Amino acid sequence: MADSLVQDLLPKPAEGTSSVPWWRRIVEAVQLPLLALFTAFVVGAFIIALTDLAVLALLTDTISRLNAIGYALLALTAAVIILGIGISRRPEVILKRLGFAATGRQSRWFNIIAVLLTIAAVIGLLITIGFGPVLSAGAESVRRAYGALLEGSLGNPAQMIAAIQSGDGRQMAQAFYPISEALVASTPYIFAGLAVALGFRSGLFNIGVEGQLFIGAITSVFVGYSITGLPAIIHIPLALAAGALGGAAWAFIPGFLKARVGAHEVINTIMMNYIAFRLSEWLLNGPMKRPGSVPVSPFIEASAQLPRFFPDPIRFHFGFFIAIGAAAFVWWFLFKSKWGFELRTVGANPSAAKYAGMNIARTIILAMCLSGALAGLAGTNEVLGVNYNLANAFSSGYGFDSIALALLGRSHPAGVVAASLLFGTLRSGATRMQNVAQIPVDIISVIQALVIAFIAAPAIIRSIYRIVQAKGSDMVFTRGWGR
Amino acid sequence: MTPVLELRNITKRFPGVLANDHISFTLEQNEIHALLGENGAGKSTLMNILYGLYQPDEGEIIVRGKPVTIHSPTDAIKVGIGMVHQHFMLVPVLTVTENVMLGDEMLTGGAFLDRKRAAQRIRDISKQYGLEVDPDAYIKDLPVGVQQRVEIIKLLFRNADILILDEPTAVLTPQEVDDLFKVIRSLVDQGKSLIFITHKLREVLMSADRITVLRLGRVVGSTTPKQATQQSLAAMMVGREVMLEIDKEPAKPGEVVLSVKDLEVLDERLNVAVDDVTFDVRAGEILGVAGVQGNGQTELVEAVTGMRNAISGHINILGQDVTHAAPRRITQLGVAHVPEDRQRDGLVLSYPIADNMALQEYYKPPYARGAVLDEAAIDKEAAVLVKQFDVRTPSIETPASSLSGGNQQKVLIARELSRPIKLLVASQPTRGLDVGSIEYIHKRIVQKRDEGTGVLLISPELDEILALSDRIAVMYRGRMVAIVDAATVTKEYLGLLMAGADPATTPLPARDKLAVAEAV
Repeated sequence: MADSLVQDLLPKPAEGTSSVPWWRRIVEAVQLPLLALFTAFVVGAFIIALTDLAVLALLTDTISRLNAIGYALLALTAAVIILGIGISRRPEVILKRLGFAATGRQSRWFNIIAVLLTIAAVIGLLITIGFGPVLSAGAESVRRAYGALLEGSLGNPAQMIAAIQSGDGRQMAQAFYPISEALVASTPYIFAGLAVALGFRSGLFNIGVEGQLFIGAITSVFVGYSITGLPAIIHIPLALAAGALGGAAWAFIPGFLKARVGAHEVINTIMMNYIAFRLSEWLLNGPMKRPGSVPVSPFIEASAQLPRFFPDPIRFHFGFFIAIGAAAFVWWFLFKSKWGFELRTVGANPSAAKYAGMNIARTIILAMCLSGALAGLAGTNEVLGVNYNLANAFSSGYGFDSIALALLGRSHPAGVVAASLLFGTLRSGATRMQNVAQIPVDIISVIQALVIAFIAAPAIIRSIYRIVQAKGSDMVFTRGWGR
Repeated sequence: MTPVLELRNITKRFPGVLANDHISFTLEQNEIHALLGENGAGKSTLMNILYGLYQPDEGEIIVRGKPVTIHSPTDAIKVGIGMVHQHFMLVPVLTVTENVMLGDEMLTGGAFLDRKRAAQRIRDISKQYGLEVDPDAYIKDLPVGVQQRVEIIKLLFRNADILILDEPTAVLTPQEVDDLFKVIRSLVDQGKSLIFITHKLREVLMSADRITVLRLGRVVGSTTPKQATQQSLAAMMVGREVMLEIDKEPAKPGEVVLSVKDLEVLDERLNVAVDDVTFDVRAGEILGVAGVQGNGQTELVEAVTGMRNAISGHINILGQDVTHAAPRRITQLGVAHVPEDRQRDGLVLSYPIADNMALQEYYKPPYARGAVLDEAAIDKEAAVLVKQFDVRTPSIETPASSLSGGNQQKVLIARELSRPIKLLVASQPTRGLDVGSIEYIHKRIVQKRDEGTGVLLISPELDEILALSDRIAVMYRGRMVAIVDAATVTKEYLGLLMAGADPATTPLPARDKLAVAEAV
């Protein structure tokens, strides 16, 4: 309310003055996701430190040896924290008391200094009390976890340089394996993230990406193994098209229901997910079952496999480029084509879309089908590029993680690609983190969940980092129930 | 005598804006003090400071000689300040008593609502101030004017004696406005003091004891109704001379562009909203539809523009039957539509101005070539329109949401009027706008009429209808009760029709002979 008032009061500058520079807009677009990510990692660090058994043992030990002075200092620490938070919440008030003008810049610096001082004071106090070893053990635990995460996902730079210098193929493969795996893991994320983002832009919350992804995998794997004797140049596009169509067909149903009778897509896509899961289970145990005891499909023909560029074990394949191409297409479609304009208008303001003569029902169905096609391609990519067959557990929740990706990427294709690369990297690094640092992979899920929470409730991040919200910058994720 | 309320040098800054610049203001005992100003003049900020929603950066508030700090509406009510907001804060499914008690509950035994005692108190207040209301009625069943009384009772129930009314007449019929003025007069006669915020000049002159005018966060002057005229007040508000009356030539009606016959339309709850309505609009004339909001005008406009389906009857535009046509087909016939709610229907607030300018014709050249939008063409056209229609904006890339209401409306008007149109359907085209913007938009509408466009104008503001229309239709409960010649009709007569009087039996306080035209 206050914001709108301010906006109304703003003197309207004369025309011709320059608008916001492009870099400012980029900063504004990425600051919230980046801060959300940062905050999630900070919280994640605390969780890692506090769930480390060694740290916990040290902590209980230290507390048990505290004397009265120690407790008093602990209380003082708590007071410092509360005071620090208090000061950093109200810099303007304090600055004004101190006789400053309390401009935005001043209060921002004051705020940063106050926070840093508080942190320093708290650490100093804790060390004085005797928590030094606990802190360093915790920090070490976090360092090891995040270090392993980084190395497992991007690889070790020194090793890479050595491998390139040696020119040895096996060494190279080993050095670049982590980063190639990160790209492989990112690819389905890109497709699925684009699917959700496209839905968001049209005011639709497609929670059914996971189900559409399964259907896309089923149709493409079927085309992949059942048709034989085709050259790759035909077989691959055919299998890809089958996957996209499968996903689109699955998404068409909730899209049609929404457009025609106003049935909410959230409910229907969730329901369609279950049908898709059970359908794939049945198919893999029946019609599509490969002879043998495990419920998996037959392997696809070699002619349907997406080409890989490096010798084993590097699995990096052509699907990554298709994903980037899909992102470029979605960008063009959304922002450069008239259909994209319709889609975004329906998403941003359906009443205005109707007023402007747009066919809302058709647009909703189109948006759902495109979203489903992208989701289908995510599944297709996995079966044609990575697994070469379909097993029930082939998707590790890409469809659901993609919601976070679309949010993190602010429903912009470029943002989604960036977010997908990040999540793919985290995912592939998490395995190594588990092996090296004995930190369960689940911590990555926790961090992902925190990112979603912070992005979905941007007020938290805004309030922590004191970011004033620009009016009209809020994105529409989904429309209310019905109609 | 000490003033009951005094504001001294109140200053409030928002980032980049000085919303209130050393405003001083006094309210005497038993006084109705009108605070007049355009949107963005700082009225609301000042009142929100008084009501504890904002803290002033400088200055002090003195109530009955004592300086006070007000941190919240609770503090405000403690010192006797109460406010009736423009949008009522009532719970429709609760009764009057329950609404009045809300937040200040009377209890028995420490836990149970004492509705009986509260209802009695409400009856006493009603009687004392002439605020007639049934304490047991549900809010949702009450007309707007009565709901407003409930809001006032809420304040009196809490013993407020400084009452702030924010744009109280915006939603009322002329008769309800008269009733409201009687009520507030009786309030001040019995010891209350009242601040009355508005931008309507006529009402200020009718009701206030003293008038303070704000512009751009400053007090530009104080006057009394005796010394001021509408013209002088408008000039103070806007900062220049303003044309209140529109100079227009007599209409030269041409062929029929819109013909509506026996039209019946339902609203969302499937009640008949438009009931057997028949009328014509001719090229080169403005047909004004008067009526209190919610008497079927919205549904009528939506049916004519294809936004809502009629259940029976015919709509004919330029000789073509468009009764069940989609909005795009109607637009393509040469119809422009200024919707009632510009933010909901007329604009996509998150879009830049350029895209909003292209909203109706994005799909065809020059805006689109094949499937691809031609951004250069969109921007070029938008730049021209921004200039031509005097839209005050930093750039055409600015999102519509960051424009003021007046400039948003100009964007919409620019888009609609820049097309070659035969019929303009304008629903409340100046809703919530300031005097300067109203003047501008009125001129544009009359200009279109003079170019031979037929205009269907819908407005609950009688002043607007009277200023622009060549013929005036009155809607009451979905029926078009009369269509009269604008030149001969009086405001009082229209007010009576709007309130449901039967045109056949209503004596005309005739200015001269009055022609109740047959529905053509």
